[in-house]
Amino acid sequence: MTETFILIPGRTTDQGCGISEGKFQDKYQNEIRALQVAPGDMARLGLRPGDRVRLTGEEGQSVEVCITAGKKDELPEGLLFIAYGDISSRMMTGDTHGSGMPTSKGMDVTMELVERAAQRE
Amino acid sequence: MTSASIEVNAPTASVPGELKIIADAVCTFCGCVCDDIDLHVKDDHIVEAKRACVLGKAWFLNHSVDDSPSCLIEGRPATLEAGYDRAAKILTDGKYPIIYGLSDSPCEAQRVAVGICDWISGTVDTTTSVCHGPSGMAFQGVGEVTCSLGEVANRGDMIMFWGSNPAESHPRHFTKYSLMPKGLFVPNGRKDRTCVVVDVRRTKSAKAADIFIQMKPKKDFEALWTLRALAKGLELDPELVHRETGVEFAVWQDLMERMKAAKFGVIFFGMGLTMTRGKHANTEALLALTRDMNAHTRFVAKPNRGHGNVTGADNVVSWRTGYPFGVNHARGYPRFNPGEYTTSDVLANREADCGMTIACDPMANFSQPAREHLASIPFIALDTKDTPTTRAAAVAFSVATYGINTGGTVYRMDDVPIPLRPAFASPHPSDYEVLTQIENRVKKILGITG
Repeated sequence: MTETFILIPGRTTDQGCGISEGKFQDKYQNEIRALQVAPGDMARLGLRPGDRVRLTGEEGQSVEVCITAGKKDELPEGLLFIAYGDISSRMMTGDTHGSGMPTSKGMDVTMELVERAAQRE
Repeated sequence: MTSASIEVNAPTASVPGELKIIADAVCTFCGCVCDDIDLHVKDDHIVEAKRACVLGKAWFLNHSVDDSPSCLIEGRPATLEAGYDRAAKILTDGKYPIIYGLSDSPCEAQRVAVGICDWISGTVDTTTSVCHGPSGMAFQGVGEVTCSLGEVANRGDMIMFWGSNPAESHPRHFTKYSLMPKGLFVPNGRKDRTCVVVDVRRTKSAKAADIFIQMKPKKDFEALWTLRALAKGLELDPELVHRETGVEFAVWQDLMERMKAAKFGVIFFGMGLTMTRGKHANTEALLALTRDMNAHTRFVAKPNRGHGNVTGADNVVSWRTGYPFGVNHARGYPRFNPGEYTTSDVLANREADCGMTIACDPMANFSQPAREHLASIPFIALDTKDTPTTRAAAVAFSVATYGINTGGTVYRMDDVPIPLRPAFASPHPSDYEVLTQIENRVKKILGITG
């Protein structure tokens, strides 16, 4: 299973609170490492919460993250969401297209299943 | 140019065991810079932060004065004096130093940092370059029709949010400034306002909207130019508009009619515009639309700024160099060129050979090529907390937290300066103090007097 999606990193309340509580604390780390997938996409691809997937960007940069179901209606199919942080930034490339700003939202990525949640239990 | 004589406010003395109340304290977590927080402080610990939002409470209530060393050199505790000396040597030994961050420091400290950069012929850049930097470029290209948040509260009857999710990033935005306040010309508050949210996701902010428009990702430019055409009364192909933006043409027509009918419209925009393909072109389109709308009614646009004093950083770097961010002094005078002198590029292109980061975390928030280069060069880090960046620094200073431990001035996201009211002292030096000490040593090494 390898499909193309658009990755949207963004701020969340828990990510914001986690900055103040400590970036090495579990709350922050859990928030920035959870990839939200639209429930429709999860059903279509047979994915379950906790499954580990690999995201690969246009220059081959990649990360592995566990997925969680996006809240109903919040995330349309074809989009992935992750809270800003270490993981989302690793998907940026070094090129800023003359703007100083790496493309940090609306990134084209492929997603492939690496490990089922059940296999780790 | 020296800034050593500037003093910043100090907190009032604390008495052990007694409750101290700091009225109208300032929250510097986000760009709203709410200045109506009542802090209850006991034994140098904030036990209550009245009126603070969820992010503000996390900011205040998790603040504790730790007993970590104020200075680490190569990860080992060192005296502040040794840290200042080593920092000055790193910055003066380098051929291409870069100073980056500054958005969570008061203006007084920012001023010193820009001065250091000038002495060492370096590059100074702020976190603006990776948030609203493209907006800064667009302001220069198009101009800015703007106002204060007070005017929004008192006049705004059409409040739009484009690519911005203040319900999670600026939780008091709606209640304090933009939607709920009962103002002079909007006496019924929320009932007198129409709220529109335009985004690619149905965010938490969408729940507050009267109209939510969910558009195709990466099509902000096309959608904004659709509205510009409608504002000018030009004919468009409805099918093409629908195909490009993912939204029925009639929805854009309806929105434009409402915008024209408003008495005072405001478009708050966020990083959904600036971080997406198109970047400054997206923001230019939004600013041009705002300008166009003034042929019909009063309309303004405002970026929703993230860090507590990122707006101050823009202001200070501008009045010291003439440019808001990404400024290079290598030729002895300031040059501005986003994409060349901005930190993401300077690091990813492996150009800087030393640096100093102030209140920022590029080792967690930059691209992998940029991080790898930063980790390979000597740099100094100033931060209030332990971060991946402080752990990778040659010299790391733990500094006091602005607004809680130190005073000074910050700029709210609408360019209104606000003085800080600190709650209690920290055993760590302020970033102003650290930077001033480094500046003095840099000048001594370079033989600069006065």
